[in-house]
Amino acid sequence: MKSNIIKSIRITLVLTVILCVIYPVAISLAGKLSKGRGDGETIVVNGKVVGYANIGQSFTQPKYFWGRPSAVAYNAAGSAGSNKGPSNPDYLKDVASRIDTLLKYHQYLKRSDIPAEMVTASGSGLDPDISPAAAQIQIKRIADNRGLTVAQVTDLVAKHTEAPLLGLLGPAKVNVLKLNVALDELKK
Amino acid sequence: MYLQIVLLILLITAILAVAVIVGKYMAAVYKHERSPLDFLKQVEHFIFRVGGIDPQQEMTWKQYAVSLLVINGIWWILSFALLLLQGSLPLNPAGNPSMEWSLALNSSISFLTSTNLQHYSGESGATYLTQIAVFTFLQFVSAATSLAAGVAIVRGLARKASNSLGNFYSDLVLSVTRVLLPLCLLAGILLMFCGVPMNFNKPQSITTLQGDKVTVATGPVAAMLPIKEFGSNGGGFFGANDAHPFENPNVASFIIHVFMVLLLPAAFIFFLGYYINQKKFSRMIILIMCVGVVLLTIPIISQEIAGNPLQSKMGISVLSGNTEGKEVRFGSLLSSFYAGINVAIPAGTLVSMHDSYMPLSGISMLLGMQIDAFFGGVGTGWINMLVFVIIAIFMGSLMIGRTPEVFGKKITMRQIQLAMGIYIAQPLICLGLTGITIFAYNNLNAAGAAPAWFSNNSSHNFTTVLYEFTSSFAGNGSGFEGLADNNVFWNLTTAVAMMAGRFIPVLGALAIAGIMLRQRPTPYSAGTLQTDSASFGVMLFFVMVVLQVLSLFPALVLGPINEYLTQLS
Repeated sequence: MKSNIIKSIRITLVLTVILCVIYPVAISLAGKLSKGRGDGETIVVNGKVVGYANIGQSFTQPKYFWGRPSAVAYNAAGSAGSNKGPSNPDYLKDVASRIDTLLKYHQYLKRSDIPAEMVTASGSGLDPDISPAAAQIQIKRIADNRGLTVAQVTDLVAKHTEAPLLGLLGPAKVNVLKLNVALDELKK
Repeated sequence: MYLQIVLLILLITAILAVAVIVGKYMAAVYKHERSPLDFLKQVEHFIFRVGGIDPQQEMTWKQYAVSLLVINGIWWILSFALLLLQGSLPLNPAGNPSMEWSLALNSSISFLTSTNLQHYSGESGATYLTQIAVFTFLQFVSAATSLAAGVAIVRGLARKASNSLGNFYSDLVLSVTRVLLPLCLLAGILLMFCGVPMNFNKPQSITTLQGDKVTVATGPVAAMLPIKEFGSNGGGFFGANDAHPFENPNVASFIIHVFMVLLLPAAFIFFLGYYINQKKFSRMIILIMCVGVVLLTIPIISQEIAGNPLQSKMGISVLSGNTEGKEVRFGSLLSSFYAGINVAIPAGTLVSMHDSYMPLSGISMLLGMQIDAFFGGVGTGWINMLVFVIIAIFMGSLMIGRTPEVFGKKITMRQIQLAMGIYIAQPLICLGLTGITIFAYNNLNAAGAAPAWFSNNSSHNFTTVLYEFTSSFAGNGSGFEGLADNNVFWNLTTAVAMMAGRFIPVLGALAIAGIMLRQRPTPYSAGTLQTDSASFGVMLFFVMVVLQVLSLFPALVLGPINEYLTQLS
């Protein structure tokens, strides 16, 4: 028993050096070769970092495409989902009021145009993407607000729609931040 | 849609093909035969020398078990202490506080037992020091412990009239250096190229495009992810686990995650086939496991892609499925596919929030975690499977009137008792704790002093409680995260379930192996129950399912089925 304890402590020490020092350092060094050098890919506008490509951010102004609802208001230092059950009455009330808000700002929409993901919160609360359908319903609002034509905005959305992996696996998606940056750069 | 399902099936087939190679490699490693990474011998010799260990020294099952328990005890003490003190230790750029005692107790036990139930949130509850030195470290060594225990139990079946199961320290170290570390290095680097960060920066403050101030948490994520998946651990760096875009940025990283979760539990079964030279048996077990996973996953997928009927009643389009708690980049199909795999394999990582899944999906989730042997964890899945194999052989042999034996070794009364003990511990503890919790809650509620644990309504809350304990016992660690679980009650009760769920099966199976070790195998005869035949496979499958459904069904009626029926009306 006593020899077990001594052996265990000694072996724990060596394993700590290997697993907690050598291993993470090796991964960090290899990662310096990757895009973003291990710091996450950032989006820069006029020399200023405005966000991370993979981390969703809140868009509430009418001139921007909006992302999905977030249970943590896009707090990127406290990710979480809503964890509301599918039949929870309070939750269903939230969904109903999100539908009403969308209809208020997009009076040209029918209810059946609204895709579920635009009125439900994501798992991380930081979903950087929306579906092409969710971008579609916002095009007219953006065009009206910015004095652009619907065709111009539609074109931009199409350009920023990312196809599934190899065109096969996973849904098509639109990165909201990248799309909005492009929108700001678009000349009238 | 159908094309995507075909692709997912191809993905699983590809993983199984790699698992065959890894399994063969593992057999060479644990038999101490020549294998490709033999240049690591120098490193291992160094570790053994510092540890004062003679790797050739053989151990009886009791010595093996004691060595395992002692080193686990030391890891627990160290981790507990680090978590209690993390606030005042270095590598804490976010300035996060030390853990409260019951949370530190729960978190250390959770990672020690490879469960990775997280009652804290990574961004605000841990520091870079504890993420690496406690959580990542424990993910490595708990997975190595599972592997070592699994390997020892395989030796118990393989060796003839012997007394020794091998050397625990040697198995532990080889599991780290030859299996886990090489795989993790490779996967960690691949993940970084998918966009997973790896740094020790403090959380970054930025001004967003529309002018809000936001803090973005980052950290040494890429080091933790591979071992969390390969080791069937599941504890994420961030609160949202694999749903967080830094942990799982795209479909490419998603595929790597599926690979990591499935590889070693599958490879372990092939390893077993090579080690005891029962390849047909191992193929049969793999087939049973695959059928099990598929049958668990189909209902989840069909429920989730159909969408929430209460939302389609509101007139919106639910073509994208039940999207609450799911990310756009994975959609309902990939999310529910991953959920099915992660309840069958107790990595229990989430790319979507299980709490928001449809009620009937909950049945698959609970069953998958309870069976815990449709693959199950690395090493531990085999331990659970062995228990079912013994029970099935016992029942089958009774039917045909033969002495029950497995691979020529007789199954005695003692082994049956141990196997039944391991099996019965599960419903006893999970349902027992659920019952006590609901009883206490209802009494407090009646007295007007109910604790604010739940964020949902009646039958869903029952499922939440049952899920929490089943997940704890199974070493799964996922949860219906709406539960306010960071308090003394939940920290202590789930700690009990996690300890029991880890050490009862491991010690019980080591004892079974110890008995088998001493036996001299009897030669096969025409009357021996063929354990690698299709009919035995079917029987084994039904023993697994029937035993679990019987013990779980009343609870399912109270939870998910009740919620489903209420939703219909």
